[in-house]
Amino acid sequence: MSSSVSPSSTPAHGASAARPQQRRASFGHWALSVGWRHVIAIAVILVTSFPLVYVLSAALNPSGTMTGSNELFTAFSLQNFRDLFNNPQQPYGEWYLNTLYVGLASAFGTVFLGALAAYAFSRMRFKGRRPGLMSLLLVQMFPQMLAFIAIFLLLSNIGPIIPALGLGSRTALILVYLGGALGVNTWLMYGFFNTVPQSLDEAARVDGAGHARIFFTIILPLVTPSLAVTGLLSFISSVNEYVIASMVLTDPHRYTLAVGLYQFVSQKTESNWPLFSAGAVLAAIPVLVIFFALQRYIVAGLTSGAVK
Amino acid sequence: MTEPDTAVEEREHKVRAAQTRYSVSPAALLAKVVLLGLLDALVVFAASILFAHGQWLGLVLVLVAALILNAIYIPPNRMLPAKYLAPGVVFLLIFQVFVIAYSVAIAFTNYGDSHMGSKDDAIVAIQRNNQDRVEDSPTYPATFLRDSSGALAMATVDPTSNEPQVGTASSPLAPRPDASVLGDRVTQVPGYTVMSDSDIMGHQLEVTELAVPRSGDPTDGSLRSPDGMNAYLYVSRYHYDKGADTFTDTKGTTFSDTGEGAYVASDGTRLEPGWMIGVGGKNFSDALTDPQIRGPLVQVTIWTFVFAILSVALSFVVGLGLALMLNDPRVRFRRLYRTLLILPYAFPAFLGILIWSGLMNQSFGFLNQVIFHHPIAWLSDPWIAKLSVLIVNTWLGYPYMFLVCTGALQSIPEEVTEAARVDGASPWETFRQIKFPLLMVPLAPLLISSFAFNFNNFSLIYFLTRGGPRFGTTGLDAGATDILISLVYKVANGEQGHHYGLASAFSIIIFVVVGLLSYLGFRQTRALEDIN
Repeated sequence: MSSSVSPSSTPAHGASAARPQQRRASFGHWALSVGWRHVIAIAVILVTSFPLVYVLSAALNPSGTMTGSNELFTAFSLQNFRDLFNNPQQPYGEWYLNTLYVGLASAFGTVFLGALAAYAFSRMRFKGRRPGLMSLLLVQMFPQMLAFIAIFLLLSNIGPIIPALGLGSRTALILVYLGGALGVNTWLMYGFFNTVPQSLDEAARVDGAGHARIFFTIILPLVTPSLAVTGLLSFISSVNEYVIASMVLTDPHRYTLAVGLYQFVSQKTESNWPLFSAGAVLAAIPVLVIFFALQRYIVAGLTSGAVK
Repeated sequence: MTEPDTAVEEREHKVRAAQTRYSVSPAALLAKVVLLGLLDALVVFAASILFAHGQWLGLVLVLVAALILNAIYIPPNRMLPAKYLAPGVVFLLIFQVFVIAYSVAIAFTNYGDSHMGSKDDAIVAIQRNNQDRVEDSPTYPATFLRDSSGALAMATVDPTSNEPQVGTASSPLAPRPDASVLGDRVTQVPGYTVMSDSDIMGHQLEVTELAVPRSGDPTDGSLRSPDGMNAYLYVSRYHYDKGADTFTDTKGTTFSDTGEGAYVASDGTRLEPGWMIGVGGKNFSDALTDPQIRGPLVQVTIWTFVFAILSVALSFVVGLGLALMLNDPRVRFRRLYRTLLILPYAFPAFLGILIWSGLMNQSFGFLNQVIFHHPIAWLSDPWIAKLSVLIVNTWLGYPYMFLVCTGALQSIPEEVTEAARVDGASPWETFRQIKFPLLMVPLAPLLISSFAFNFNNFSLIYFLTRGGPRFGTTGLDAGATDILISLVYKVANGEQGHHYGLASAFSIIIFVVVGLLSYLGFRQTRALEDIN
């Protein structure tokens, strides 16, 4: 609906006899070539965003049941949010903080470890570089999640010796997630690092900058947006991760949101639903905000094929 | 990688020569010393704990790793790549490479419920778990305590030696001369708080179930207090004969180690728990020959492939269709539409799935209550549940496909389609014969990795249907929408207990399939050739 063919601008009357016909023809043409695209796009958006609209309505509905939540936007109350934080059996607030802690720590760790490795692969030529990159590809094929039994067994053996790294420990979970850091991120970051011209760091080196100074003060600042995206994706994947988290975190006070909310909603689904909805809204908002803030970079990463 | 490499090496050489003229900055040196110091302090700490526990293998591994790390980091300006790679590689080796190898090893054991620990652990546990009160047991006046971490302990005064003693479920009774005793009862122990009567009443189960071993030797039995006041001596009803390595119960039945990882009587009765042993390929042969396992496993494997293929196909078709539709400069608000269309992608996936599980709830969900006014079994009819899983996965997956298709479409030069139109090709022909093949070049590897992802799309299945509805005919906790990874999780961690060995054997099937697919995928891409 670019220029004069816009149907909304069609006056109701007052035109000559010939022009409405012409306009109808051009409206028909517009509808066939462009208009239907709007119709389908809006229809798809209505259907696909419905679950999100629904959960927002359910979160604000004080009825206390799933059945009551079906009456969309008939009542407005923050009661569910208050209840959510006043339930010692289901410490949502702690789950939220645990998720932030595990997610942020593993995102920072992942980005840092990945960046170190990518710097070496991108800037140094050494024996074993090619096999190294190839074996990272190979390792990447086997998602860490598949080895959850071995991870469980390993941690339950470490636990009695070093409790801080045993079952039930969030630190242990973060370390496990860091184990997946190189496999997933090195290739992605290797690509980013290669886009920074070598001449920059060579100039710095001739001026006497050491390898560490080049890494921290020249290359890292230049790839910061890409690092932010890698960090965000790593954060989202640890927020969504359930298999390993549910095996490792045994104490309800240590649960992440994925573990806690699933348990919460799988028991007494009907009566827990409004609280779950409130919890889901609170959990999703920061992720949505960051996602759309970084959307441009994420899409760029996706289209280059580097992100899954 | 010859021409550029030598050039790089030459430059490297020159630069290194230049560098030696400058000394390392004091700040960098300080950082290095502090970090290495911290690492070594941690190593010493871990090593001393491992030493105290007699974990020799762990000790050697930690020391060797520490030696290698120090060798890498101490010499300045040498082994630079290793300095940058080491931190990530350490984690990679432990939590990815090692654990995958470990899973393969577990697949050849009977590890699981009642086969958890070593044989020695099992011998102790059998004697501790099957105890009866000794008929003429002396009365031990019991006082219940909590230590600073809240763990329950029992204090008593030994009736023969009149000595105050304290013990917990895991540490045997030990003399505590510093405890205060009033009459025949302990009233205070330094480092512990004495539980009040009402406190004991409030934790009755915990208190009555506490069994404090009398000594490190399990044949000595343990003290239990059925009333929270007095404790009595309990000894195992199974007598362990060290020399013959057998257990004998009071009726004279003998249980011996028959090589199955448990003590078994001649009539087949087993003593719980058993212990972990290697069972060779038994898990695999069970999976292939035991009809109770093979039947559901075959069905689940077939559905895993069908599910993954259909998931990729559906979300690709929807995503590509939308991308083509909106890839037309005449459409206004395209950016707004694109942003709204990828909403499901930006929303945390596990929450989206749980919301759908509520929408599809048979009795109370929005779909049945408001839209269909009919109790459709969205998640509990075998076929409808399969459909529901695909619907939700298309909802989750199309935004990604939409994004990558949009990107790929925009990279096709306008002249190509222009030329086709000039040559008289219809829009469909242009798409089918020009655009689509061009699109598939960048998209094919993404479709393969999307397949690999969906092959293991655990949370979708588990959060939506938990794999159900369950097959009625089998002992295995498997259902119509189960995929391999959710089956593995339930076998390892489900209602029917923990069968880690069998679950690991199943997961090897996934390793093989995913590995094969990724290999095919990567052979297609030029990723491997790009390394220079």
